[in-house]
Amino acid sequence: MKTEGLIKTLTFLCAGSSILIVFLIFGYTLLEGLPVLIKYGPSVLTGLYWKPYADPPQFGLLPTIIGTLSVSGLAISMATPIGIFAAIYLAEYSGGGFLKSFIESAAQLLVSIPSVVLGFIGLVFLVPTLAKFFGGWGFSILAGGIVLAIMTLPHIICISSDAIKAVPRDYRYASLALGASKWQTIRKVVLPAAKSGILASIILGLGNAIGETMAVLMVIGNPEVPYIPTSILDRVRVLTSTIVIEFNYAVWGSDQMRALFAIGVILFIITAVVNLLAFHILRGRIHAKKI
Amino acid sequence: MQRRSEILIEALTWVASFIPAILAGAMISFLLFNGASAVSWKFITGFPEKGGLEGGILPAIIGSIYISALCMLMAAPIGIGAGTYLAEYAPENLFTKVVRFFVELLAGIPSIVIGLFGYVFLVHGLGLGFSILSGAIALAFMILPWTVRVSEEAIRAVPRDYRYASLALGASKWKTIRTVVYVAARPAIITGLMLGLGKAIGETAVVMMTAGMGITGYIPVSPLDSARTLPVHLYLIAGEIANTSESLKMAYGTALVLLALFLMVSIPSLMLRNYFTRRLYGDAG
Amino acid sequence: MKMGGGIISNRSLIAAFILVAAAMFFAGYLTSVLALSNMSQAGAKTVTKTVIKTAELNIRLNIAGSTTVTPIVEEAARRFSELYPGLKISVAAIGSGPGIKAVGSGEVDIGMASRDLKEKEVEQWPDLKPFRIAMDSIAIVVHLSNPVNGLTLEQVAKIFAGEIKNWKEVGGPDKPIHVITREKGSGTRDCFEHAVIKPFGKEISAEAMVQQGNPKVRAAVANDPLSIGYISLGFVDETVKPLKIDGVEPTIENVLKGTYPIKRNLYVITKGDPDPAELMFIGYLLSAEGQKIVEELGYIPLYSVS
Repeated sequence: MKTEGLIKTLTFLCAGSSILIVFLIFGYTLLEGLPVLIKYGPSVLTGLYWKPYADPPQFGLLPTIIGTLSVSGLAISMATPIGIFAAIYLAEYSGGGFLKSFIESAAQLLVSIPSVVLGFIGLVFLVPTLAKFFGGWGFSILAGGIVLAIMTLPHIICISSDAIKAVPRDYRYASLALGASKWQTIRKVVLPAAKSGILASIILGLGNAIGETMAVLMVIGNPEVPYIPTSILDRVRVLTSTIVIEFNYAVWGSDQMRALFAIGVILFIITAVVNLLAFHILRGRIHAKKI
Repeated sequence: MQRRSEILIEALTWVASFIPAILAGAMISFLLFNGASAVSWKFITGFPEKGGLEGGILPAIIGSIYISALCMLMAAPIGIGAGTYLAEYAPENLFTKVVRFFVELLAGIPSIVIGLFGYVFLVHGLGLGFSILSGAIALAFMILPWTVRVSEEAIRAVPRDYRYASLALGASKWKTIRTVVYVAARPAIITGLMLGLGKAIGETAVVMMTAGMGITGYIPVSPLDSARTLPVHLYLIAGEIANTSESLKMAYGTALVLLALFLMVSIPSLMLRNYFTRRLYGDAG
Repeated sequence: MKMGGGIISNRSLIAAFILVAAAMFFAGYLTSVLALSNMSQAGAKTVTKTVIKTAELNIRLNIAGSTTVTPIVEEAARRFSELYPGLKISVAAIGSGPGIKAVGSGEVDIGMASRDLKEKEVEQWPDLKPFRIAMDSIAIVVHLSNPVNGLTLEQVAKIFAGEIKNWKEVGGPDKPIHVITREKGSGTRDCFEHAVIKPFGKEISAEAMVQQGNPKVRAAVANDPLSIGYISLGFVDETVKPLKIDGVEPTIENVLKGTYPIKRNLYVITKGDPDPAELMFIGYLLSAEGQKIVEELGYIPLYSVS
């Protein structure tokens, strides 16, 4: 009898540990980053110049934020159409069986493929190819967008296909009984019904894209003083790549290191908000399954 | 007319669904093609020379295995415990919802934020310094949501009849879980954990910021040693290779070994997972 | 429907799991012990000195700084730890500036720099002790396919300042010049600016692509036919083409003669007087063996060793 209580407590603690960990992470990151956020105020978000070595240092993140948004935005716009179409296939057209599990496994594999490997392939293949095609450096928003799109695609496929599968069969039967074709049914009945799930997948994909580090880092160029990009072929920095690049160079306890933590806080908040949004949308709809 | 657009749409979706598989296959064969020549016995057992542009990658291989193993030793029990609680004991109240929410939140935290946290909390705060231990703990934080999710799903998937039968025979709840539920959920849990191991093997930013960049000419022994892992090594040499030189092969070789390690863990678990999901769900999944 | 895997008990599976993980640990431990013993055997055979059994010492040396000095220190560290297996040396190539800051603030034991200490640094950390371990120069490099063979010093300054933007202005094809520079904390960049850019009153263009560290600059130039960059003389290899400056080739003889315009010192730096382990290592760097490493890697040794 006593073991029952013990087990329940133990497992309860395990489950509660995630709460503790999240608070620890947020707390410590905030602790380190807050001094810079206070000292430099909103100029951190709106400032145009990121010059940690200047005297006095400037920590303006506006070009970097724009860089993040443009790379992630490009990635999502490329991955979404493909992802939704693939999800439609998985949910509607495929007969099940071997082919389907093969496709789903391939998506699963692509999800967890080490991002360095992807970045490496981007570096040795994509960047020179883009340089040859478009002139310029090759390192660009476009390169980052393509690499990120590859990383986000499986997520969109998985969640969207779950959302589409969750649409009750009766909807389809009713539509088909009224004489609509399969594609018409999908377009006018199934997709609108799955709308929120698909939207959630896009939002989650965006969150992933914003938080992705290694793959983008190796192909976007990272200019020393980031500027606001005017074309897809411009080199940019993103929030995550800034941290990695400057991490080895910043001295512990310095303003520069704290500024990196400030970026961490910003990233944490952005992804938390995004996840909250998607979670809220998904909660009402389907029981979130394997990702 | 309608017929034609129908077929067109179906074909389009079919093509779209194959893109992940094509991409994965293309990348694997790209690396295989370019990197196979670099992988030799000397490569796997040698040390990096000239800053990684020549020689071998033994310390990185050992570092990878060491850190991932230690990480799993920590994340698996806690994940299984949490999953058990959520699937078996948790009442459907606010607290449970909060727990689930925080697990999802943790899953969504960008890896680099966890790296920063590991740096301030483990490397400096707890004074562990750049070490395998720091790296493993930080990695465990990253993998935990996955192990929780996987365990909970696997346990939930066990049909209720199993439990009823066991309880009807007089077994206590914990005994039921221990001897019936876990046994039935075991394949799913193990394959899920292996997939998590794959993720841990491929993680770069977190490890670089907590385990450091390794010690020159030295294989990590103590968990307090700084160690380099394969992804970190790949990242460090990736920017330093000239496309025309021998060192390019080193980088490809590293990427290939990393990919091989990752696939060795992930592919069997994916295949097994499909097999067992089919057994429990039938073909409706 | 059969229950999954009922024959093996959970308990034995958990035991197996722990065993496998433990086996991984031991594998790592055993391989390292094996590798270490192999290495010290090899080291003992090739070195005429007696190998001191320092395995009980377990000393760590953390070294950080210039990417120019890193190859020398890394190779020396490798050979040195074969002689003294208890010594663990980790080398981080983060640039001269950050390296000096790191040793000044006590975060590392030894710093590396490819330039002299600046006034501000001496003011902030008056107890920094630099040890000159080699000499070096800076080469201007371009892609192997670039037809340009040499430039005047002023042309170099103008190119890096962004005033000359096209290769055709200096005798090359009609294509834009991709300028590659080092990061702001780099000692190589400081020397380059001091020797080439500042004398003409200019500044390195903000449009230049920044690569962190000599290896990355060399790789970037080697991969981009339109690029130009500057790297340590010791880093010049067959993947890039060094340019003549004012008609003079960047060779060790020309640097020593003074006809090539850039010359600099490479330092390792300690905070205060070096402690025994640091002293041993620095001594090794300054010894004939250490200087042989300097020469092998393409830098300029302090005295003749061949």
